[in-house]
Amino acid sequence: MKLQQLSLFLENRPGQLRAPCEALGKAGIDLLTMTLADTTQFGILRFIVADPERARKVLEAEGMIVSVTEVVPIQVENKPGGLAAVLGAIEAAGLGVEYMYDFAARATPDKAAIIFRFEDPDRALEALKAAGVRILTSEELLGR
Amino acid sequence: MSAWNDPPGGFHPVSTPDYLPRPQLLAIQLQRLQSTVARAYDRVPLFRSRMEDRKLSPASIRSLADIGKLPFTVKADLRDTYPFGLFASPMEEIVRLHASSGTTGKPIVVAYTQSDLDVWTEVMVRSFAACGIHRGDVVQNAYGYGLFTGGLGMHYGGEALGATVIPISGGNTERQLMVMQDFGVTALCCTPSYFLYLLESAKEMKIDFSRLRVGVFGAEPWSEAMRDRIQAESGIRAHDIYGLSEIIGPGVGIECSHQHGLHVFEDHFYPEIIDPDTGEVLPDGGEGELVLTTLSKQAMPMIRYRTRDVTSIMAEPCECGRTLRRIRRIGRRSDDMLIIRGVNVFPSQVETALLRVEGTLPHYQIVLTREKGLDQMEVKVEVTPEVFSDEIRKLEALQQQLESTIENILGLRVKVTLVQPRSLPRSEGKARRVSDLRNV
Repeated sequence: MKLQQLSLFLENRPGQLRAPCEALGKAGIDLLTMTLADTTQFGILRFIVADPERARKVLEAEGMIVSVTEVVPIQVENKPGGLAAVLGAIEAAGLGVEYMYDFAARATPDKAAIIFRFEDPDRALEALKAAGVRILTSEELLGR
Repeated sequence: MSAWNDPPGGFHPVSTPDYLPRPQLLAIQLQRLQSTVARAYDRVPLFRSRMEDRKLSPASIRSLADIGKLPFTVKADLRDTYPFGLFASPMEEIVRLHASSGTTGKPIVVAYTQSDLDVWTEVMVRSFAACGIHRGDVVQNAYGYGLFTGGLGMHYGGEALGATVIPISGGNTERQLMVMQDFGVTALCCTPSYFLYLLESAKEMKIDFSRLRVGVFGAEPWSEAMRDRIQAESGIRAHDIYGLSEIIGPGVGIECSHQHGLHVFEDHFYPEIIDPDTGEVLPDGGEGELVLTTLSKQAMPMIRYRTRDVTSIMAEPCECGRTLRRIRRIGRRSDDMLIIRGVNVFPSQVETALLRVEGTLPHYQIVLTREKGLDQMEVKVEVTPEVFSDEIRKLEALQQQLESTIENILGLRVKVTLVQPRSLPRSEGKARRVSDLRNV
């Protein structure tokens, strides 16, 4: 199933990354995983939390701009070639990957979870299921 | 007269009007004002209708003081009548057009008959002569050649003076310095900030510019402190020159060897100082907005043009002997226009560009800095929820689109930086739109 990822615009200068993390910390919101995409001028912080709606409100109250993006968590065997196998299926399905990153708070040691952003998440979900790729549920991922 | 400046054996013959007895000058001014007003009234519908609204005719101008009855002309009038609405000569008599940027993307167009070009050349010759430049001098003209009036105005003035003009135009610092050294340049025309950059580069490249004697610097605001620095570091005499395309181009006013105020060529341009809020004419010495009326322009007479430049008139005689009154060095403007590398920029133009790209107006700030002697303009734009994308390439595309749209409207390359919401300063609810860090 699809997950809601939050994205934040950050200027490329000291202190910009701390502010949102601190706001979430004060609100008792745990960052399950995150990744920073950066250019010479600015960055985009992408992250996943258990309650994205509440996190969004906390950050917006701080004057930050938050966008919600749908991403797909895919289970990958935690061994050499595991990711390549999944990417092979994605390629075979003709899907475009915008970006991907590792889900840090993984539940089981022999399985990795990789978060994918596809151009068309719905089509990706369907195609990947048909190809036998294991899509994680939020319960599995977030341990609920 | 200063031995430093005017050539031995007296002044250049073309400078004679600089030394006219005041009564004679005033008589010339009145006669020329009357014919200029008549020409504008007869040939330019805008001037005629405005005078008729005030029940004025050319016969209403009986003395120089009567100029105060005439309506002002503003930059917007040139924009509203774009391109040729204020011309008082048929195209058959117009031999040159120049243009400068306006408030809305359309430039402002100015026209010259042959006699206008002759006047322009004359005031440029008188300007160079006042700076102590003469026949035998090698003049490197690093003002831009093209639609901008700076390049060609200086060029023809230098040639008519009998000096050797190098039409190198702007840019390419290494070539500028090579030419300066190898051609034995004695006088240089450029913006003062570019000269500071040339100076730095010359030291690094060990360029010998010891023959350089005079700089004619204008097209951007600069301060007395900057002149002191330039003169101390380079050993040259640095003269401030004033002008604007709407009136003629460079050569409206020039500093003589005493470098204390700019003599206005009053036989061709009539200066007044007004209170920018009430429009009331201020007595000599009062600080206010400079208003200029052309006294001999044919193609495009300007009646009481509001320059928005803030200065005051110094009526007391100058030690150089010129009878032309002086204006103090221009320190600021009475509107929000910025002058960046000689290009006129209004914050409203930037707003137009932002609106065009984003649909709504985000908070923004214009930041001006000076790097390598050149003014740099950066526009910081706050990211809004409407334009924020999770994808880097979409944000980069937005930034590039903002840059190209602003460049199209301003005619000036700018850097756009996307910044976080609420990160730009706001004062009393209104954003501080311009941060000028140029240290002039």
